[in-house]
Amino acid sequence: MAKNSARDIEIKAFATHQIITQPNPLRSVLRRVEDKDMDDPVGRAEQALAGLAGEFKDWMATEINRLSAAYVAIRHDGFTKDRRDELFRAAHDIKGDAATFGYPAAAGVAESLCRVIEHAPDLEKVPAELFTHHINAILAIVHENTKLDSISVSAELSRRLRKVADDYLADANRDRPEHLEVILAPSIAPAG
Amino acid sequence: MFRIDFNKLRFLVCDDNPHMRRILRTLLHSFGAREVYEAEDGATALEMYSHYVPDIVITDWAMPIFDGLELAQMIRQPESKGNPYAPIIMLTGHSEKRRVTVARDAGVTEFLAKPISAKGLYQRILNVVASPRPFIKTKTYFGPDRRRNINSAYMGPERRVGEKHEVLQQPSLLDKARSTI
Repeated sequence: MAKNSARDIEIKAFATHQIITQPNPLRSVLRRVEDKDMDDPVGRAEQALAGLAGEFKDWMATEINRLSAAYVAIRHDGFTKDRRDELFRAAHDIKGDAATFGYPAAAGVAESLCRVIEHAPDLEKVPAELFTHHINAILAIVHENTKLDSISVSAELSRRLRKVADDYLADANRDRPEHLEVILAPSIAPAG
Repeated sequence: MFRIDFNKLRFLVCDDNPHMRRILRTLLHSFGAREVYEAEDGATALEMYSHYVPDIVITDWAMPIFDGLELAQMIRQPESKGNPYAPIIMLTGHSEKRRVTVARDAGVTEFLAKPISAKGLYQRILNVVASPRPFIKTKTYFGPDRRRNINSAYMGPERRVGEKHEVLQQPSLLDKARSTI
């Protein structure tokens, strides 16, 4: 890919800032084509992703084993920064990946668990049941996912756990308005 | 219609989760990309960024050693010998307003919340390829222009002053191409 040299870069200086412009270094990869010549890269990628679906069950098993192991380490030896971070990353990965792997309800429970880890003022004071209920729910959702009648149960379980976690966080942060604001703020990320 | 020649683009993917790296690699290869380099933490990614000089960086946020936010901050060093202008797409499970703002202020170009979709990823890549934004350098920020729309009523503490026009009107390459239809 062609890169711009320093002399292609134009800098305009203002009172508080500079505006830096340059010719688009990626302009050469954008081509105008006739409609009939237009392929479907998104459709092709969706097909390729569907081709990975056979591996998603094993991948999800790896993810939940990692989450369980992270919490077992905390139950045995208590919270440290490293153990807290590992538990958060394991839950956070499930939050991000589970829907892609076909377990959207597990993603919802993992999100709720992430919020508890991130916003509880003192993790040592969080009732252990709040952690175990979340982790057990994720395990159950993944293990029962193939049963059609379990889908609505999974969604309801996810919804109720989120309610319990949010109630706990609202109470635990009642004297910390800046945290409450973050907890109650809706997601604004652009949809995929 | 416009097509991106993905085979001319070099990607750097940074995610500590091997499953997500596999998914990203699969999607990018399906789009037509040939050169996809992978790192599992921010430190390795920074080293690979200097070595391979990717056109586009796609990074997770939460990672060990140093995370995607720190990676973006280290790439966006205006005095660095490397390329501080490469588009950075933050692909993350974080989706709170506060996180999006923090990522923006670290110099991230596009934000894509998980779960990932082929369409979402393609659109973010199209945005950075076809509609690059000028860079802004202030005492506290270096990165793509954070303004996405005109708000002449904005009176916040970081309002830029001294410009004839408060928002730089820069038609994107895509808009220019469309106007020729």
